[in-house]
Amino acid sequence: MRNRRDFLKTGVGVAATGLFPHVAIGQTASPKVVVIGGGFAGATCARMLKRLDPRIAITLVEQNPVFTACPFSNEVLAGLRDIKDQEFDYKKIVGDGVNLAVMAATGIDHQARTVSLSDGSTLAYDRLVVAPGVDFRWDALPGYTEAAAERMPHAWKAGAQTLLLRQHLEAMEDGGLVVIAAPANPYRCPPGPYERASLIAHYLKAKKPKSKIVILDTKDAFSKQKLFEEGWKALYPGLVEWVPLSQGGKVTSVEPASMTVATDFDKHKPAVANIIPPQKAGKIAELAGVADRTGWCPIDPLTFASTLQPNIHVIGDAAIAGAMPKSAFAANSQAKVCAAAVAKLLAGGTVAENKLVNTCYSLVAPDYGITVAGVYHPVNGQLVDVEGAGGTSPVNAPATTRALEASLANGWFKTITGEVFG
Amino acid sequence: MIGRRAALAAVILLSPLAARAAEAPSGAAACSGCHAAGTSVDTPVPPLAGRHPLELYGALQAFKTGQRQGTIMDRIAKGFTDDELKSIAEWYGAQKE
Ligand SMILES: Cc1cc2nc3c(=O)[nH]c(=O)nc-3n(C[C@H](O)[C@H](O)[C@H](O)COP(=O)(O)OP(=O)(O)OC[C@H]3O[C@@H](n4cnc5c(N)ncnc54)[C@H](O)[C@@H]3O)c2cc1C
Ligand code: HEC
Repeated sequence: MRNRRDFLKTGVGVAATGLFPHVAIGQTASPKVVVIGGGFAGATCARMLKRLDPRIAITLVEQNPVFTACPFSNEVLAGLRDIKDQEFDYKKIVGDGVNLAVMAATGIDHQARTVSLSDGSTLAYDRLVVAPGVDFRWDALPGYTEAAAERMPHAWKAGAQTLLLRQHLEAMEDGGLVVIAAPANPYRCPPGPYERASLIAHYLKAKKPKSKIVILDTKDAFSKQKLFEEGWKALYPGLVEWVPLSQGGKVTSVEPASMTVATDFDKHKPAVANIIPPQKAGKIAELAGVADRTGWCPIDPLTFASTLQPNIHVIGDAAIAGAMPKSAFAANSQAKVCAAAVAKLLAGGTVAENKLVNTCYSLVAPDYGITVAGVYHPVNGQLVDVEGAGGTSPVNAPATTRALEASLANGWFKTITGEVFG
Repeated sequence: MIGRRAALAAVILLSPLAARAAEAPSGAAACSGCHAAGTSVDTPVPPLAGRHPLELYGALQAFKTGQRQGTIMDRIAKGFTDDELKSIAEWYGAQKE
């Protein structure tokens, strides 16, 4: 990204001359912000905050030295993309002046305002941003344990699980059955299971055309449904079957040893099982006392401040962001609003209302892209859709439109990962 | 004092970077998810920074009214008032390319 150094220099210079009206001249102690989680939400927030006010001391706490992005990981499953293209490090963010602690945050002391880390040390904060993404509810689906995920991968956090599911697909014989179990709302990336079915179908059609995909769903409707169904009919006739909740789609238990996926009506014996389990905010949110009984974190949509604990903000998948879906786009959009709010609050100002945007690109095939978009604003403490805006790509659009959206999807991934990590 | 204020105002006007430090108007932060800040990113999405505010505003209005078709911008522009679009156009216009 251009001119960062210039900007930082100028930013510092301007601050020093007192042009920031909200900065008390002569203020010395720099405020401290800790951000937990270096994903699309946390990494964006840490970086933007440093850029907005270089005097804030920011520490980004992330348990992995390398981040593996989920968007486009369905292309890895289909053999269209290398996992390396999903990997990003924190060098540029550190270069911007953000401190990085490659450690897990293990607890929060609200009174002392400290975060404890896996090495036993603590970090003090004036404001804390919690952005841990999701964790799985390992107790929600009988039989689906962490060990079971080795036989029946979720691949809902990108990395080893993505490669494992890829291996299973590669090892499957032609004519095999692939089952994808999709969870009830809310969960990370609402169109994700259907994009996944599409791109696996793309692979099977070329390499193992006698195979079949069955999506067992705990819902009766899904994101961009008309567009996906139109695409499946055109590109993969007979290959993808969707079983909604009302037709017995809900998976009630799994047995990895016998590769059984059970619903109330059926017992499937797939060659490849992809179980996407129910989710909740990353565990640290619960430890921080910012998750409610739903497992997700209620926030004030103006500042993304937790409504349960003072001086803590929650962004990204972990937050209850009203009508906004849990996407990387939304996480990035929320992070920028949150960073501006935190800078403002630390300087003693009041935060103005902000609109947010989401756009989710999905690929039905590598050259067939579709979108759903939304613009959101806070109404009575909730983020709601701005009426008349947003919506999906048109149905019955020409192939050129689908190809254009596919190329824009690729552009979006490069742009957003460039903004966050590049 | 007046002289100093005028000088500072001139600095703000002449330096897009100072403007960048100014607060982004409502909605502006979300655009950079698709419109890259620099030209180094390989994407078909056109950059916004440093372009004439009237040009940006004109395009946004055309998307909003449906005069100009887009894959996505019509759906996004419809979410903003004319005043908001104006502020966003001015803000991006003041960014350095
Ligand atoms: C298959 C798939 C496809 C997807 N496709 C798209 C797409 O096309 N477009 C889109 O917009 N979104 C997509 N998504 C959704 C997107 O990946 C998520 O919404 C996004 O990653 C959320 O960002 P986040 O920062 O909240 O969480 P994450 O990106 O998961 O980041 C959380 C980070 O916090 C770290 N962390 C957690 N707990 C701790 C702790 N205690 N201490 C230290 N670090 C911790 C984790 O290691 C992780 O790096 C997809 C998701 C999947 C699964
Ligand atoms: C999801 C991606 C995305 C987001 C978010 C987005 N844009 Fe766009 N923008 C595009 C694309 C793609 C085009 C090309 C027209 C189209 O296909 O809709 C475009 C075109 C434009 C144009 C016309 C540029 C030209 O050279 O003709 C302007 C102006 C613009 N966008 C402004 C904005 C503003 C302001 C925002 C934030 C409020 C924004 N965009 C958010 C993707 C996006």
